[in-house]
Amino acid sequence: MTIFDGKPKVVQNIDPFNAPSVQVLDTRIDEIGRDVTAPAAYYVDRDARFPEETFAALRSAGALSAAVPKELGGTGCTIEQLARHCRTIGSHCGSSGLILSMHHIMVASLVRHSNDNPFVSQYLRRCAAEQRLIASSTSEVGPRGNMRRSECALEIAGPIFTLEKHATTISYGDYANDLLVTARNNPDAAPNDQAMVLALEGDYSISDKGSWDTIGMRGTRSEGGRINVRAPTEQIISKDFRKVTTLTKVPYSHILWSSCWLGIATGAVNKARAVLRKQARKQVGTIPQVAYNVVDLDTRLQSMKSDIDAVLHEFMRLDESNDEAALDNVAFTLRLNNLKINSSEAVVDIVTGALRAIGILAYMNNSEVSLSRYLRDAHSAALMISNDRIRTTNATLMLVHKGD
Amino acid sequence: MLELQTKVREVIEEHARLSCPVENLSVDDDLYNAGLTSHANVQVMLALENAFDIEFPDDMLRPEVFESIAAISEAVATLTDAAA
Repeated sequence: MTIFDGKPKVVQNIDPFNAPSVQVLDTRIDEIGRDVTAPAAYYVDRDARFPEETFAALRSAGALSAAVPKELGGTGCTIEQLARHCRTIGSHCGSSGLILSMHHIMVASLVRHSNDNPFVSQYLRRCAAEQRLIASSTSEVGPRGNMRRSECALEIAGPIFTLEKHATTISYGDYANDLLVTARNNPDAAPNDQAMVLALEGDYSISDKGSWDTIGMRGTRSEGGRINVRAPTEQIISKDFRKVTTLTKVPYSHILWSSCWLGIATGAVNKARAVLRKQARKQVGTIPQVAYNVVDLDTRLQSMKSDIDAVLHEFMRLDESNDEAALDNVAFTLRLNNLKINSSEAVVDIVTGALRAIGILAYMNNSEVSLSRYLRDAHSAALMISNDRIRTTNATLMLVHKGD
Repeated sequence: MLELQTKVREVIEEHARLSCPVENLSVDDDLYNAGLTSHANVQVMLALENAFDIEFPDDMLRPEVFESIAAISEAVATLTDAAA
């Protein structure tokens, strides 16, 4: 397996007219999770390094263009199929699952908000053919995690724009090929009058990098830095970032992140199931105590999954009917925000439950059923778009929401 | 296979709680008719996993896999071969 030094090389061997089918991709994702992601997860976490093995394997499987439409050389997966990928990879390594989900969110933002910009279709074809990995920069020193406010602004001079952004975090910024960045539309624009621009490799540099030594999600390598972009104005993908947020970024983020967290919870419960089976074999004829704990974990896992599925299916239904107003209304916004709060709390509860079920073996860092990484990764869920910020938004919405 | 069947018979003797002694059964006799309950079936499976150091995958957790000494022995042989 290639160990990348800095930026990964772009794989050129994907035939754009022969993207994997949904079924083939599903099988490949299962195999990659089991054979590549799982054995690397411990080292990715220990060394806080980008999960290069997993992403090399996902590239060779054509998995990075899962969200690219078929006519542009991708697999054209639905959000439900993408969610399955994030869950599977997340069940073996939280960082890998989260990076994959963030990448899919970026691709979806491009696909769904290209506004017939020929540059975007051309770029998406390239994305599929070269399996390019896209990172994002929304957070900024000043507005911090509030992605609907920017301080930095586009400066447009003829066919070129420039932009300087002091980003608090840029997940896998050093390992991505290209970068989607938010900024105010011009230096006089209001903080929430934002554009979304695509900076291609060569268009941008990241300097003054911070460090990334966190409790969990260590493989995402989300160190901040100063981003400088200089690119053609056709790479201004949308001048209406509010619309991108409402129709794509928020629903995709909350659904795909939740799916990744469901993966983490599933992975932890699977460890408890393994311990149970082992104990049951040793004391045939009795039901080990841990079986009752696994019963509770299984129930909670099912609730978490059902919650995600319900919101996912509602989103798909509204999205298929092209009902922008329904996606943008108070009730659905609350549903999405509630999903984020519920699943970010559920993942910690379930992993903690699995830790208690297994006991000391799960508490040890060096046991086969250690839940150290799962627990540390799980705690990131409530912080990324902080639950407190979402509660504040929901509190305002409650002033006008009349209930379902 | 004979040695394997002997070991399977031992597991059944200890965990299947049948209504007749296992030595009265031929390899093809139906264990469910001999009194194997679903609870005892699970215990037999766990004991087999322990005795042969194998794990039954979900797709093998079907009644026909456990319906006779011959069927069980065949399943165990498949799993031990896969592990070898």
